[in-house]
Amino acid sequence: MRLRERLSKLGGMKLLRGTKLTGELARLQEQLDQLRSEPSAEDIWRSVELARHQDRPYTLDYVERIFDDFFELHGDRGRADDRALVTGLGKIDGRTVVLVGHQKGRDLKERARRNFGMAYPEGYRKGMRAMALADRHGFPLVTMIDTPGAYPGVAAEQHGQGGAIARSQAVMARLSVPTVACVIGEGGSGGAVAIAVADRVLMQENAIYSVISPEGCAAILWRDAGEARKAAAAFKPDAAHCLELGVVDAIVAEPEGGAHADPDAAATLLERGILAALEGIDALDPDERRRQRRAKYRAMGILAST
Amino acid sequence: MSSGQGRVDVEVESKRPEAPAAKAHPNTCPGCGSHYRDDELERTLRVCPQCGHHFPVGARVRIEQLADEGSFDEEDDELRSADPLAFFDLRSYAERLAESEISTGLGDAIVCGSAAIEGTACRLAVMDFSFMGGSMGSVVGEKFVRACERSAEAGLPLVSVSASGGARMQEGILALMQLPKTVCAIDELHDGGGTLVSVLTHPTTGGVLASFASLGDVVIAEPGALMSFAGPRVVAQTTREKLPDDFGLAESNLRFGHLDAIVPRSELRPTLARLLRLFGT
Repeated sequence: MRLRERLSKLGGMKLLRGTKLTGELARLQEQLDQLRSEPSAEDIWRSVELARHQDRPYTLDYVERIFDDFFELHGDRGRADDRALVTGLGKIDGRTVVLVGHQKGRDLKERARRNFGMAYPEGYRKGMRAMALADRHGFPLVTMIDTPGAYPGVAAEQHGQGGAIARSQAVMARLSVPTVACVIGEGGSGGAVAIAVADRVLMQENAIYSVISPEGCAAILWRDAGEARKAAAAFKPDAAHCLELGVVDAIVAEPEGGAHADPDAAATLLERGILAALEGIDALDPDERRRQRRAKYRAMGILAST
Repeated sequence: MSSGQGRVDVEVESKRPEAPAAKAHPNTCPGCGSHYRDDELERTLRVCPQCGHHFPVGARVRIEQLADEGSFDEEDDELRSADPLAFFDLRSYAERLAESEISTGLGDAIVCGSAAIEGTACRLAVMDFSFMGGSMGSVVGEKFVRACERSAEAGLPLVSVSASGGARMQEGILALMQLPKTVCAIDELHDGGGTLVSVLTHPTTGGVLASFASLGDVVIAEPGALMSFAGPRVVAQTTREKLPDDFGLAESNLRFGHLDAIVPRSELRPTLARLLRLFGT
């Protein structure tokens, strides 16, 4: 019910702003109508599958299509270059922007090299370095979130995984430049939110954003990882629910069948979403922008009314 | 078994459940097997006099151990969790909440209020692992943020004592959002010149370690406290690595540079008092 209220309030739909592809409008409207009704357990599981689809565009697929003259920045200036998280500079719509994003690999070799998109603390430290660079030079920051989670390994713990995730959020809370986070695939827990504290958080229609993986939740609460579908239906990681709960600011539509069906169209839609989001926060005074960002997170959560 | 995928191989867990831990009496030391009466453990602040094992301590007892007698004034104790997702696994979240409240006498997994330690006024935010594994949902996040705000208003340092398994799954993505929520509150506290001293107790893992617990101006831990982002079982299952004996423990974290000090429970109160005086004007 709250979902419907919220969507009706959104009226003209943030989603549609800047996504006026000719001939696409009617179809998008149809998708919106679908979003208006609460997603079923099947819809949610479909999102989980699409978010993890092996052909789904990853961060660098979007970078290639959205950024001009992208220059990748490597290394955390302390220990290593974590390839599960990419950072760099490029131009969007003629303006220099800093990118920080998780990166998965497509074939076996690349998957291993990218560690399945699961970053070590070194990755988050590289991210923080890029964020500081953005702040110094007044470049907007765009992040792309697509990770099963931060890497759970012995070395990752020894190098301070928890602290790195905490500090990365703290850096983002403090930035004075405009920030836009895009959940483009799996938004897996702490490893995702580490780079998702932003003025505007966008979420692709078939992305998921969750506190734990469906399998992890099922293993703990149902004592059976095979109950992942039930777990996903229970904790609702889909975009419509994230919008309803105020966790994301707008949903970015995907081409019919999912982003992998037409990566070019998906990139165009995402780019328009990013530009629209930037437009809304560009003009604000940096202090005011930071105040609003913090106020947004201050309000996260739902308490019992007593 | 040989999937080699990066994901947690949870099937291992379902096929080979761990042998049920022998139901040890809560007053039997897991370190050396010594057994104590309640009054004996109370006298030693629930630390084993034989081997130094630190038994778990609930929020109320912890506050009694740390704060000057009668100085603690609890706030926001009326806050309760809603069930925004109408979450139901094998049981409903509402039922689990009600049961935890009855068994612990607490409204949620954190107790906050004003206090004094050796005469220095401060604020306390103390977690309790016995309330749903000390998990952080909307109430824990909100109470911690209010503690930060009240500290800033009063110009008093905040001492947090964490004990948590991480974010509360039953609140879904809203539980995850408590990470940035608490992080933003600390940022605001620091902007106003405020102080956070973070004490990590066994265990502080997952979302709490990945948010406020790691962001203290000073971060200290009790001996033997597990402080890891991912728990040992998850790490072992995901990576098939052999875990070092001190995996994720405070001692290992001190060695790797993630902690300022390890402080035995008997010295926690005087240590906090010292720090509060150092940060005081």
